[in-house]
Amino acid sequence: MNLTLNHVSHRYSDMQVLDDISLHIPAGEILCVIGPSGCGKSTLLRLIGGLEQPTSGEILQIGEPPEGCLNPLTFVFQDFALLPWRTVRANVSLVLEDHRLGRAENNRIIDDVLARTRLSDFGDALPRQLSGGMKQRVAIARALAVKPAVMLLDEPLSALDAQTRELLMEDLVDLWERQKFTGVYVTHNLAEAVRLGHRIAVLSRRPGRVRELIDIDIPLKDRHMTHPELEVLQTRLWDLMREEATAADRELQHV
Amino acid sequence: MSDDARNVPYRGGGFSPVAKRGAGFVVFLVLLALAEWGTRSGWINNLTLPRPSDVGATLVELWQSGLMWTHIAPSLTRLVVGSVMGISAGISVGVMIGLFSYVRAGLIPLVAAIFPIPKIALLPLFVIWFGIDEGSKYALIALGTFTPTIVATYGAVDNVDRTLVRMGQSFGLSWSSIVRKIILPGALPGILSGLRVSVAIGIILLVAAEMLGAEYGIGAYILQAGSLYDLERLFAGVLILSVLGVVTSWAIGQLEKRLLNWRN
Ligand SMILES: Nc1ncnc2c1ncn2[C@@H]1O[C@H](COP(=O)(O)OP(=O)(O)OP(=O)(O)O)[C@@H](O)[C@H]1O
Ligand SMILES: [Mg+2]
Repeated sequence: MNLTLNHVSHRYSDMQVLDDISLHIPAGEILCVIGPSGCGKSTLLRLIGGLEQPTSGEILQIGEPPEGCLNPLTFVFQDFALLPWRTVRANVSLVLEDHRLGRAENNRIIDDVLARTRLSDFGDALPRQLSGGMKQRVAIARALAVKPAVMLLDEPLSALDAQTRELLMEDLVDLWERQKFTGVYVTHNLAEAVRLGHRIAVLSRRPGRVRELIDIDIPLKDRHMTHPELEVLQTRLWDLMREEATAADRELQHV
Repeated sequence: MSDDARNVPYRGGGFSPVAKRGAGFVVFLVLLALAEWGTRSGWINNLTLPRPSDVGATLVELWQSGLMWTHIAPSLTRLVVGSVMGISAGISVGVMIGLFSYVRAGLIPLVAAIFPIPKIALLPLFVIWFGIDEGSKYALIALGTFTPTIVATYGAVDNVDRTLVRMGQSFGLSWSSIVRKIILPGALPGILSGLRVSVAIGIILLVAAEMLGAEYGIGAYILQAGSLYDLERLFAGVLILSVLGVVTSWAIGQLEKRLLNWRN
């Protein structure tokens, strides 16, 4: 299933947040979206996921979601959004219960996604007993359980410390290698963007426009923290971002 | 400068309540002992305060004569029936207010208008509507517990983390699943703490209703004792009420422990 955004603009009352965004997200690829704070990245993701409607423009799903897909557009949130009163298993089960698959099938899916996120031993733990990284893995397991056609990730690693972030990044690459999901990955972190993105969309400061689209051809599994080409790319992204960020900073001072 | 070395002065600590077991009990005992000693030594007049041991004897007598149960049973029935009606209706209406904007707009002013009415003032009206017997007492207690439960419930529903609701929507959960699996469990802590207030109000109204017209019941017992200036029996009745308050509060505490064990 491919996604296409045609001239999407969005405003909150009299504030223009997104301006004429056109993007194509091909199946099996990850699009990273970076941009200065407040430029509308999360808004863009909510529009793509159907949690809000754009003021103008259209967002199209092209093609059918794959067989067995229970929730084509699936979010992973920055703050995990786990139900604190449900155990890890029950949190995953939550998104399956409405589909009436039967207890055995539910359990099979839960076992499978917990194994894939290395959480098999923590099925009966409550969220408060888990570290931040584990909570986010539960959220990822929950997203995988519905076999999404597109994963929408809004700064999924931002609430975590640097080491956990690195480990989870490796997990994400692994998961993608095993099953080539389509992803839209919003982040502030340029290193994450060059590590995970097949294509990077750089948004301008508010109102967010697509300032630059960058394709990266290096396979995900060959990208290391110290890959020279990626470092060059990261520097280039930073130059782009710095202009926008300083401009945004100056604007705020005049408000 | 080793001769100038001092420990860094300690300035932290305090301002964080720590559970001290039995402290409440000690306060209780000291007050009782003081009253006992005061009445025995004549320092406190027997007309001002009954002797605690006499109150105890009255309670024992009440127990042995079987009258204790004769008074407690109808009171408990009234409290349970009335507050179950009021609290369950209050939770339903509170959830509706929390979920539907029209219900909210329509009912919140009404609740605000009913809440401050001293419900006991309505008892004569209730007697006309529901009869002089149990009906009017149930209605009084039900109405008294109804409004605080509504306010606590819709506040609790409003306070449920909206990111969890968005999460549910993003996974395509049905409306009823979101309400049953996200909103209601999320609102439960607030609803239960509202329950404490509601039940306490229920006990106050129970006694008031029984004072205004009942043959048996703790309120009736206290009223009889009061009109005869029988301070021992008056205090015995009040003591039973206090115990009732402590027991219900403890029971709600147990309920919280079992239902909200996910909190910490
Ligand atoms: N529901 C809303 N109503 C009104 N304004 C909103 C709403 N949601 C977001 N905004 C505003 O829209 C702008 C873009 O918000 P958004 O959260 O999409 O930015 P972002 O790029 O994700 O920022 P960050 O990098 O800080 O996460 C911000 O100025 C924000 O205040
Ligand atoms: Mg954001």
